Amino acid sequence: MKNVIFAGVGGQGVILASKILMEVAMNAGYDVKESEVHGMAQRGGSVDCHVRYGEKVYSPLIERGTADYVVSFELLEIMRKLDFLRPGGKAIINKLQINPAPVEAGLATYPGDLDQWLRSNVKDVTIVDAEPVLSEVKSKRALNIVMLGILSHYLEFSLDQWTAAIRGMVKEKFVDMNLFAFEKGRALASQQ
Amino acid sequence: MQKKVMLGNEAIARGAYEADCRVAVGYPGTPSTEILETIARDYRNIKSQWSPNEKVALEVVAGSSVAGARSMAAMKHVGLNVAADPLFTFSYTGVNGAMVIINADDPGAWSSQNEQDNRHYARAAKIPMIEPSSPAEAKEFTKIAFDISEQFDRPVIVRITTRIAHSQGIVELGDKKDVPLKDFERNPKKYVMIPAHARPRHRFIEEQMEKLREFSNKSELNRIEWGDKKRGIITNGVAYHYVKEVCPDDSVLKIGFTWPLPDERIKEFAEAVDELYVVEECDPFIEEHVKALGFKVTGKEIIPLLGELTPEIVDMALNRKKPLSDIPAYSDTVPGRPPALCKGCPHGFVFEILAKLDVVVNGDIGCYTLAVLPPYSAMHSQGCMGASISMHHGFELARGDEMARNSVAVIGDSTFIHSGITPLIDIVYNKGTGTVIILDNRVTAMTGHQDNPATGKTLMGEDTHELDFVALVKAIGVRRVVKIDPKNVEEFERVVREEVAAPEPSVIISTRKCILMK
Repeated sequence: MKNVIFAGVGGQGVILASKILMEVAMNAGYDVKESEVHGMAQRGGSVDCHVRYGEKVYSPLIERGTADYVVSFELLEIMRKLDFLRPGGKAIINKLQINPAPVEAGLATYPGDLDQWLRSNVKDVTIVDAEPVLSEVKSKRALNIVMLGILSHYLEFSLDQWTAAIRGMVKEKFVDMNLFAFEKGRALASQQ
Repeated sequence: MQKKVMLGNEAIARGAYEADCRVAVGYPGTPSTEILETIARDYRNIKSQWSPNEKVALEVVAGSSVAGARSMAAMKHVGLNVAADPLFTFSYTGVNGAMVIINADDPGAWSSQNEQDNRHYARAAKIPMIEPSSPAEAKEFTKIAFDISEQFDRPVIVRITTRIAHSQGIVELGDKKDVPLKDFERNPKKYVMIPAHARPRHRFIEEQMEKLREFSNKSELNRIEWGDKKRGIITNGVAYHYVKEVCPDDSVLKIGFTWPLPDERIKEFAEAVDELYVVEECDPFIEEHVKALGFKVTGKEIIPLLGELTPEIVDMALNRKKPLSDIPAYSDTVPGRPPALCKGCPHGFVFEILAKLDVVVNGDIGCYTLAVLPPYSAMHSQGCMGASISMHHGFELARGDEMARNSVAVIGDSTFIHSGITPLIDIVYNKGTGTVIILDNRVTAMTGHQDNPATGKTLMGEDTHELDFVALVKAIGVRRVVKIDPKNVEEFERVVREEVAAPEPSVIISTRKCILMK
C-alpha cells in the first residue's frame, strides 16, 4: 500500500496530478482510491488530495502518520500536512511562496524560516525550485506535472506508464508540453 | 468489463444511465454538482436540466415519474430542505416510473452552512434510503434505487456525503438497461392529494414501509462480515472503510439500506458479539435505533457528533492509537489560508464600497459570502438561500427607518432566482423601503460556473431565454432600479448612497462577469 498526499493552493492543479497518479496505478493493476475537495474550499484556499493504491484499498482518506509521500506545490502548505507523514516518509516541496489572504491583508506573517526548518526537522525532504523548469516549458500551469515528474522518480512505475497516463488525461494540444515538463521534473529529482 | 477511475458523483451519473433514467434535474450545490454536469456531458440521451431551485427540481422529477419515466433529482443536503414540501407529499403519491433523489450531505461543512444529517428525512417522510460507501457502490446502489422505487411505489433517497461525492475509485462499467416508458394512467386517488385521498395513501405507505423493513432485513445492502466476535461494529457510508482500515479483524455490520433499518439483522449481529459499537458520522441515527431494540451499545460517547470522521479519529476511538510522527511541532504560527474572493472579482468592488460606507449587510449564499472575512469584513447576517432579502426586511420591521437607511441586502444572480424573488415581493407588498443589491456575475460561480436562467444557456448547452432582472424587478413593483458595472467604483458608491437613502424599495443590479470566466 502506498499513500500519497498532494497539497497546494486552489488553482495549482492538485486534482489533476492526483488523477494521473490514480490512472497509472490502476493501469498497473492496483486498487486505487482518492479524496479531494471542491467548492468553497477551492477559492484560493488550501487544497489537498489523498491518493492510495495497493492490493485492496478501503479508506479514501489517509490516516495521519501513514503517508509515504507528501508532495506540496507551495512552501507553506507542507506545514499543514507534516503530521500525515509516516516516520521516514518523504516530503517533496516546491519552494514557491503564495501569500494567503490574511498575510496579504497584513493580519499574519508568512514565516521566513520554513526552508531551513524543514531541512533540519524532516529527515527525508526534497525542496525544489520549479520556476526555472516552468520558464523553460513556458507554462506556469505545468507545475503539477513537474511535481508529478519529481514524485515519479521515487515510485515503482515506468516512464512509459506515466507517459501513457498523461497522454490520456491532458488536452491533446498540451500533451507535448506536459510530457516535456514531466521529464524535466523527473530529471530534477535525480539531481537531488 | 471496462474499468474506470470515477468520482463518486460521476459514478452516480453512470448508475442513472445504466438504469435507463430518462430525466435528471437538480440545482448546483457542493458536493452534489458534478452528478448533473456528468449526465449533461456524458449521457446526452437523458434529459437533464438545472431548475431554479431544488423544490422546482423535485417537482419536475415527480411529474416525469408520474408520467412514466425513470427520473432522478440531485441536490445537496440543504437543498432537500428547500424541496422538503414536495418530498413529504410525493411520498404519499408514490411513483409510476422510478423516482430517485440523490442527497449529498456535507459532514465537516466543507462547503455548506451546516452539517445536518438528512437520514432524518427518510424516517420523517417515510421514504426508503440507501447509502453507498464508495464510488463503485455509488453506481450500483443508484441502479438498485431505481428498481426499489418501482417495486415498492416509493421515491428512494440515495444519501451520499462529501467523501463519497468527491472521492474517486475504480468503477466497473455495465451496460445500459432498456426500460420502456410506463403508461400514464389517470388515477386521481393516487396523484391528487386531497384529504380524502391522502388518508388512504397514508395507510398504503405505512404498509409499504413495513414491506421495506422486511426487504431491508434480507437485502444484501446490509451485510454482516464476521470476524472476531469479541467486538462487533455497526457502520455505514464512508465510515465503513475507516472501520475496515483500522479494525480489520473485528466483526462488522455494514448498513447500506439505512431506512427502514434492518432490525432483524441488527439483532442477529448484536446477540453474536461481546461488545457492540456503532461508528457513524453525524447524528446517532443507527445508535438510537439499536438502543431502542434494547441493546447496550457504545457510539457517540467515543465517536464525535461534530465534523466528519477520519481514519485516525476512528483508530483513536476504537483502538486508543495515536498517530505516529517523527517530526517535531513547528514553533511559530502557520498562517491559515482561508478561501477568499479572487483578485479582480467583481464582488470585491461592491464590498469595498459597503465596507467604506459601514452599512449593515444582510448576506446570502455564494462566493460573496466570503466578504464576511478580512479584508472586507462586510457581512452581518446570512443563513440560507434568499434570506438576505427577507432578513433585511425583518431588520427594518424591528428597528425602523433608521436601520433601513443604513443597511443593504446582497444576493447573487442565481441565488436571487432560487429564492430571492418572493422576499422582494414581500418587501414591496408590505411597504418596506430596503435596498437590495443583486450581485450579477453572469454565472453560478461558487459551485464551479453553472448556467442559470439569467445566462441564456441550459445545462445541456442550448441557447435559451435570458432572464431580464430589470424587467422582473420592475414587474414586482420596485420603481427604483439601477443596473451598473461595479468597476465604476465612484458611480457605484454614489448609487448605493442614493438608493439606501431613498425611502422606498430599491434594487441595484451590479453586473460584471466573474473574473474566472473567459
